[in-house]
Amino acid sequence: MCLAVPGRVEEIVEKSGILMGKVNFGGIVKDVCLAYVPEIAIGDYTIVHVGFALTRIDEESALKTLEAFSKMGLLEEEFGASEEAAS
Amino acid sequence: MKYLDEFRDRELAERLLHEIRQTVTRPWTIMEVCGGQTHSIIRNGIHQLLPAEVEMVHGPGCPVCVTPLEVIDRALAIAATPNVIFCSFGDMLRVPGSERDLFQVKSAGGDVRVVYSPLDALQIALKNPDKQIVFFGIGFETTAPANGMAVHQAKVKNIRNFSMLVSHVLVPPAIEAVLQSPGNRVQSFLAAGHVCSVMGYWQYPEIVDKFKVPIVVTGFEPLDILEGIRRVVLQLERGEARVENAYARMVSHDGNRPAQDLLAEVFEVCDRSWRGIGCIPQSGWRLSEKYRDFDAEVRFDVGSIHSNESTLCRSGDVLRGALKPHECPAFGKECTPRHPLGATMVSSEGACAAYYNYGGIIPAESLTHA
Ligand code: SF4
Repeated sequence: MCLAVPGRVEEIVEKSGILMGKVNFGGIVKDVCLAYVPEIAIGDYTIVHVGFALTRIDEESALKTLEAFSKMGLLEEEFGASEEAAS
Repeated sequence: MKYLDEFRDRELAERLLHEIRQTVTRPWTIMEVCGGQTHSIIRNGIHQLLPAEVEMVHGPGCPVCVTPLEVIDRALAIAATPNVIFCSFGDMLRVPGSERDLFQVKSAGGDVRVVYSPLDALQIALKNPDKQIVFFGIGFETTAPANGMAVHQAKVKNIRNFSMLVSHVLVPPAIEAVLQSPGNRVQSFLAAGHVCSVMGYWQYPEIVDKFKVPIVVTGFEPLDILEGIRRVVLQLERGEARVENAYARMVSHDGNRPAQDLLAEVFEVCDRSWRGIGCIPQSGWRLSEKYRDFDAEVRFDVGSIHSNESTLCRSGDVLRGALKPHECPAFGKECTPRHPLGATMVSSEGACAAYYNYGGIIPAESLTHA
């Protein structure tokens, strides 16, 4: 019940006083309660637990993290490569 | 899928692993608190790819596993009551009670229904006004906003035939309990990312100050977990102890304020016994006074049930990080996911089930190829 994957918000509606919406998880669309993420917009990504969106995914931060990962060890690789070339 | 495949990239995983190998000089013990992370670590073979110095110890963060036996027995008694529709998350059905499980109550004619969300149980209540609908409200701070909202809606909309059997547990007191347990070896923690997306991480500096252990808020995909480990190892090697957030795309310092407000309204902190571990003071939530009318334990008389735990099961040691699942003598013999002796063998987030299902023999191949 605790495993959750990111999904994309496709529809936002108010249903009997609660903010609800449809979230697409790689093709599977589910009804999700959006009451805890009132600022969310269509196209945003969110993580859902037992039918409730808990947070809006910060895309900028996701990209930054990935970029940091991809730079990791690059410096070393260059030095390593030049040493190899020298020997 | 977006923000999933990227964080399973194999080449980037190699880079992170390389960084960890470069950093580590001595043995360190790290606990991932959350069962979802345990699942991801074993499934992706991360524990086998790490340098030998880094030992991952699996924590108590599987709600199915720690729901106390007394509560399971109460659930079974309520579910077997005539005129009751008992609704639960699916993974609770096979959790062994003293004598049977919810699945057996269902087979014997009990109206036990699996729901995806507690709001579904509320719908069932509206459609069946002549029945009592009871929802089994368990979990950590991640499921609490959903369960809390269901009770809140029941009160606001005056749905009187709905009640909840609540057994919520909280992460920070569990971390403290691990650190205070005799013979504790855990030197640092990966904090559960989704719990923190609700609660933020403002609760952790106090623990870090008191016990001098690094705590890094960590996500669930392979790269997230490797990054959490990398940051923890860096702190440990430098002799530092800080709270860090390695899951900034999902977690902010303050967490989800609207959710926290509702939780404060619906629940109150209480002592809670954890299955296999025992009572941890102030480690749970129960319904607050205002919502007591919706408490299934008040509505149904199930207080005096006597519970008996299996004598073979060592899940308490597993949940405290003192024993690895495959070291339990019953593992894979008397105890399998089909015939579980302990709750840690039932839930997919349970450490025993993770070891049984993945056997720790699927290394990096399960990571996405770049
Ligand atoms: S393998 Fe089974 S009996 Fe052993 S600790 Fe795990 S759940 Fe309990």
